[in-house]
Amino acid sequence: MRIPDETNPKLLRQSPSARVKIQNPKSKTSNTILVFLLALLFGAGTAQAQEITVGSKKFTEGVILGEIATHWLESNGVEAVHRAELGGTQFLWQALLSGDIDLYADYTGTLLEEILAGQNVSPDDLPEVLATYGVRMTAPLGFNDTYAIGMKEERAEALGIRSISDLRDHPDLRFGFSNEFMDRADGWPSLRVAYTLPQSFVRGMDNDLAYQGLETGTIDVTDLYSTAAEIAAYGLRVLDDDLVHFPEYQALYLYRSDLVERAPEAAALLQRLEGTITEAMMTAMNARAVLDKVPETRVAADFLNEHFDLAQAVTVQEETFWSRLWKHTKEHLLLVIVSLLAAILVAIPLGVVAVKVASTEQIILGTVGVIYTIPSLALLVFMIPLMGIGGPPAMVALFLYSLLPIVRNTHAGLHDIPGPLLESAEALGLPPMAKLRQIELPLAARSILAGIQTSAVINVGTATLGALIGAGGYGQPILTGIRLNDTGLILQGAVPAAVLALVVQALFGLAERVFVAKGLRLKG
Amino acid sequence: MLDLQGVSKHYGSTTALHPTDLTPASGKTTVLIGPSGCGKSTLLRLMIGLIRPDAGTVRFDGTALGAENVRAVRQRMGYVIQEGGLFPHLTARDNVTLMARHLGWDRARLDARVAELAALVQLPEERLAQYPVQLSGGQRQRVGLMRALVLDPDVLLLDEPLGALDPMIRSDLQADLRAIFRKLQKTVVLVTHDMGEAGYFGDVIVLLRAGRIVQQGALHDLVRTPAEPFVEAFINAQRNPLDALGRQEG
Ligand SMILES: Nc1ncnc2c1ncn2[C@@H]1O[C@H](COP(=O)(O)OP(=O)(O)O)[C@@H](O)[C@H]1O
Ligand SMILES: [Mg+2]
Repeated sequence: MRIPDETNPKLLRQSPSARVKIQNPKSKTSNTILVFLLALLFGAGTAQAQEITVGSKKFTEGVILGEIATHWLESNGVEAVHRAELGGTQFLWQALLSGDIDLYADYTGTLLEEILAGQNVSPDDLPEVLATYGVRMTAPLGFNDTYAIGMKEERAEALGIRSISDLRDHPDLRFGFSNEFMDRADGWPSLRVAYTLPQSFVRGMDNDLAYQGLETGTIDVTDLYSTAAEIAAYGLRVLDDDLVHFPEYQALYLYRSDLVERAPEAAALLQRLEGTITEAMMTAMNARAVLDKVPETRVAADFLNEHFDLAQAVTVQEETFWSRLWKHTKEHLLLVIVSLLAAILVAIPLGVVAVKVASTEQIILGTVGVIYTIPSLALLVFMIPLMGIGGPPAMVALFLYSLLPIVRNTHAGLHDIPGPLLESAEALGLPPMAKLRQIELPLAARSILAGIQTSAVINVGTATLGALIGAGGYGQPILTGIRLNDTGLILQGAVPAAVLALVVQALFGLAERVFVAKGLRLKG
Repeated sequence: MLDLQGVSKHYGSTTALHPTDLTPASGKTTVLIGPSGCGKSTLLRLMIGLIRPDAGTVRFDGTALGAENVRAVRQRMGYVIQEGGLFPHLTARDNVTLMARHLGWDRARLDARVAELAALVQLPEERLAQYPVQLSGGQRQRVGLMRALVLDPDVLLLDEPLGALDPMIRSDLQADLRAIFRKLQKTVVLVTHDMGEAGYFGDVIVLLRAGRIVQQGALHDLVRTPAEPFVEAFINAQRNPLDALGRQEG
C-alpha cells in the first residue's frame, strides 16, 4: 500500500516542508547505488568494544529517541555515545548491519514496507526475519507514528467527532490536505474510498497553510503525523482510524544481536523502555524540541527524569553557543587540514610525474578529473561501504576531491616554465632532483599555491557535507537547522564556514610571501 | 677541446643540421654566423649535450659525449643565452652561485669567486643582491656571464648573447666581452647573426646556411675569397658595419 521509498514519512518527517523536500529523485538514485554497494561490499560488521553507539535518523523524533536510549544506558552505568541525525532509513540500517552503530529507533511500518520491502514479511515474523540479519528488535515503545487525520479540539468536540468514520455525517466540512497526502495512493484517494467520505471541499495546500487554516477556520480537517509537534501546539484532536486504514508505525529500537553477548545489560535496559512512551508523551516531546527549540538531549533527559525512577537524575551539559561553535570549528578544521595536507603531499608529486613522464600525463590528469566530476555528496556516500561513517571516510572523500586543482596547477605551472630557463638549468649540469627543487618547483610555486588555495576553499565548503555521514563540523548545525526549520541554527554553520573560507583565502595571500620567491613577485 | 665529427640533427622532416665536422680552436673564439634558422643554435646545443645528434659524435677533451658523462662535462662548459637566461626567483648572486653551492663550495670560496667575477665583468657588487627583473638588460647579461664562468670552465658557449640589447649598451658590452675572452684564453664559441660582431670577436668565423657550413676562416678570408656566391651576398648584405670596422682597423 505504501510506496517503500524515501517519501516514506518515517525517513524524514519533522517539518511539513521536509516531506516535500525529500521527494527528490537524485537522493533516491544515490540511495539505490548505496544499497547496491553496501550489499556488494559489506562483510561482517566491525564491532566496537565496550562503548555502545546509538544512531539516529535525521528527524526530530528519531533524534529524541536516540537521546533517550543514550541517557538511559548512561544513567544505568553503560557507556554510550549518540551519533545523531546520520541520515535516512537505509543509511541507519546499513550502519547497524556494519556495526558502525549498535542500535537506533525505527518503526514497524518502515521495517515491513521499506527495509524488508518485497519480502512479504508478516508483522509476526519480524523478529525471526531480523535475526537472519543479525538484528534484534525491542517490543514497541508504546506509540504509533503514522498518518493521521486531525481537527481543532473544540470543533471536533462541538460536532461530536472522535473517529474518521464520524466525518461521514458532516459532508460540509472543508478538507485541506498536504499536497503529498493528496497525491499518495495511500493518502486521500484511498482514504476517501475506504471511509466513503462525501465531502466536496478538498484542497491540496502547504502544511503550514493547513495549520493556519485550521486556526482561522477556513478549513476544518487536515492530515498530520500522529505524534506531530503541531498537535500540541495547535490543540488538535487526532481522529481514531477506526477502519485501520493507515498502516501501523510502532516505534521500537533495533539493535545488533551481538549486543546480547557483548553488553547483555544494554540489551536488557533497552527492553525496559518497551511500552513506556505514549503518543501524547511523544507529541509533547516533539513539540518541545520543534516549537520551543529545546535541545533534544534536554527533552530526553527531562522525560527520563520524570517517568523513571532513576538512582540519580540524568543531567545534561548545556552547550553554550561558543562551546558548540568551538566544537564544530575543531571538527571542521580537522576535516579540512588532514584532507588538504594529504592532498598536497600526493597531488604535487602526481603533477610532477605527469609533466616528467609523458606516458602518465593523460592517465593522471584524466583520473583526478574524473574523480572531481563525481558530485561531492556521491563521493561521500561511496566512502561509507569502504570505511563506514564518521570523520575518516569524510577526510578521504575530501582528499580525493582536493586532488584535481593541485595536480592540475602543478602540471600547468611546470609546463609553463619558459623553455630558455629550462635549457639554462639543464646546461648548468644540475641533476634532475636538484633542478626540480631549486628551479622548477620555485618557478611553478605561484601556480601550485593557487591550486592549493582553490582546493582549500572548495574543501572548506564541501566539508560541511561531511555531517551527512557523521563527520560533524559546520555541517552539523546546518543539518539540524534544516531539520528544525531553524534559520538561526543554519546560520551558525553557514556563517562560520563562509568566514573560514575567507580566512583561508587571506592566509594564502600571506603564504604567497613565504612560498613565492620575491623575484617572482616584483614588477620589473 | 671540442670536436664534432659527422654530426647531424633532424626535427621530423626538417633537417636542422646536415652531417657536419667542426673543431673550434682551443683557447680561441669561434663565431657561428648565418641567416636565421640555419642551425647555429642547434650546433651549440649539440656541443653541450642539450640535444643528442642523430648521427656522428661530439667529443669533449677526447671523450665522446653520452648520457653518462654529459652532466660532468657541462660543469666544464659555460652556456649563455639571450637575456642571460637568469632564473627570476633567484638574486643575481644566487644565480651565479647556484651550481657551486650544489657542489658544496663553502661561503668564503663563494664570496671570493663572486667578487672576482663581478670585477671581471664590471658589475657593481650591490647589484648582486637584486633580482633579474631589477637589473638592466646589459647587467643581466653580465650576471649570465658570471654564472657561466663560476666553475672556471674550459669552454664558453654563447648564443646571441648581445641580441636583445640596444646599440649603445651593446657596443660597451662587446668591448668588455672581447677583453674578457682575450684575458681568459678559453675556448669560446659565440653565435651571432651580425657580421660586424662576428668580425669583432672571431678568430675563426664559421658561416652556415641551411644546416651546412659554407665556409670557415678569418674574416679577411671570407671577404677576399668567398667560397661561393652566398658568402659574398651575405657579407654584402651587412656592408655598413664592415666599412666602419674597416676604417677602425685600417
Ligand atoms: N626543437 C625543435 N623542434 C623542431 N624544429 C626545430 C627545433 N629546434 C630547431 N628547429 C629547426 O631547426 C632549424 C635550425 O634551428 P636553429 O638551430 O635554432 O637555427 P638558428 O640558426 O636560428 O639558431 C630551424 O629550421 C628550426 O626551425
Ligand atoms: Mg638561434
